[in-house]
Amino acid sequence: MKNRYDVLIIGGGPGGAVAAGDLAEKGHSVCLVEKRPAIGAPVRCAEGIGKEVLAQFIEPDDRWISAEIQGACLVAPDGTTMSIEREMAGSKVGYILDRKIFDRELVWQAASKGAEVHVKTRATAPLLEDGTVKGATLESCGEVRDVRADVVIAADGVESKFSRWCGVDTAVPLRELMSCAQYLLTDIEIDPAMTVFYLGNKVAPEGYAWVFPKGDRTANVGIGISSRRSRDGNRARDYLDRFVADHFPDGKTIEYIVGGVSVCRPLSCTVSDGLMIVGDAARVSDPITGGGIFNAMHTGRLAAGIASGCISAGDCSGTALMPYDQAWRHSKFGKNLERNYRIKEYFITLSDDKLNAIVHSISRMNLKDFSVFALVKELLKRNPRLLLELKGLRDSLSIPD
Amino acid sequence: MLVIHRECCGYCGACVSVCPEGALELIDAFLSVDDCCVSCGVCTKACPLGALEVTDEEPV
Ligand SMILES: Cc1cc2nc3c(=O)[nH]c(=O)nc-3n(C[C@H](O)[C@H](O)[C@H](O)COP(=O)(O)OP(=O)(O)OC[C@H]3O[C@@H](n4cnc5c(N)ncnc54)[C@H](O)[C@@H]3O)c2cc1C
Repeated sequence: MKNRYDVLIIGGGPGGAVAAGDLAEKGHSVCLVEKRPAIGAPVRCAEGIGKEVLAQFIEPDDRWISAEIQGACLVAPDGTTMSIEREMAGSKVGYILDRKIFDRELVWQAASKGAEVHVKTRATAPLLEDGTVKGATLESCGEVRDVRADVVIAADGVESKFSRWCGVDTAVPLRELMSCAQYLLTDIEIDPAMTVFYLGNKVAPEGYAWVFPKGDRTANVGIGISSRRSRDGNRARDYLDRFVADHFPDGKTIEYIVGGVSVCRPLSCTVSDGLMIVGDAARVSDPITGGGIFNAMHTGRLAAGIASGCISAGDCSGTALMPYDQAWRHSKFGKNLERNYRIKEYFITLSDDKLNAIVHSISRMNLKDFSVFALVKELLKRNPRLLLELKGLRDSLSIPD
Repeated sequence: MLVIHRECCGYCGACVSVCPEGALELIDAFLSVDDCCVSCGVCTKACPLGALEVTDEEPV
């Protein structure tokens, strides 16, 4: 490891890896540090991603694709189900990844483009000079060293400690941190091409339970609940155990996964002097689904693009880096996050009766689009009363009268 | 004070992200608590496993 790089990247998840690869490809000296001893493990994810968004970053490869998904099924609290299946011809819908391999692939690609990678190496503090981030103190197996960089990219995931040390408040409001538990279950009856989402206050208060196939007879079966609804005997894990007992009593657990997902608004600013914040660390995961793999890669790529220009121009001040913040925030991506945030805020207020009514009405629709958004939009068109309750949402959905 | 039941902890970092004081940090599989912890208990709710508990005990 050298004492100076153009860019220092904290965290070897999808956000950090994409940023590292892009910057190395542009010829910058890049150092990526990951505090865990292995990239991609332990997994903290249900591993679902859309085909189209993934294609922006990497060619699909069977080595890290566990299952190809052709449709989704929504289960109402009263058990009513509705399926959305994609016409087979379309290239859309998604994959369930194998993130242990996928995350490694992204980091390998970054390394092959010239990025340095160091695992079991933790950033313990920023190097701050007059409020400007100039690098970080790194610790690896007891060895401590200061590494300087023109830009530090904080891609340190849901914990988001690095930016906090730099003075950015990254704390997630308790109610907006989904407390999650998941088992990788095998020997279970599932449709290997369908993701299934279970709604309801008994199943998962303010959240949902999911079954994401990982192949024949194997799936990520998990649950996320709002942390404010979590208490002894009713934690994510308790809800999951009850769900599994109800649906897959004979399943065998071969992996046990826990984690937190933020469903708050993104940070109000994702740059400061010498610092850029990407992915979960910036709180850009989707407020409805909790999905953040694409969001991390997308913000990682945008950050890399802006950082490259700033480094070449010799100005990495917060003002110079600001176009990154603007780029994601004012694009369709940022607007969708805001819209989905508002939709989420509405959905978490719904009683089971209302959820049932909604699923009943969706199941009568002939939906062509797969996305949550299309679903909600269609729903609102058909339930003008719902629209009234949503107040400001109407504009953000820009539904023509 | 905040007690970590290490035999339960899944070292996922959910608690770290909600701590208002920034007192928690995950160092690989080890959750550490800084002196600035005020035992507010916010983290105990975020934990999917119930590995965190605020007790009346004074730190030794
Ligand atoms: C239960 C669960 C289910 C989910 N399901 C889905 C899903 O189906 N689809 C989806 O798109 N998203 C899902 N997500 C969200 C998704 O996992 C994240 O959004 C995604 O991993 C974010 O990528 P990232 O690069 O920002 O951060 P991460 O992937 O979290 O990577 C951050 C890395 O930084 C490292 N790090 C942290 N601090 C330091 C430090 N000080 N020094 C060095 N390294 C550090 C961490 O060890 C970690 O490896 C799920 C999350 C959970 C918890």
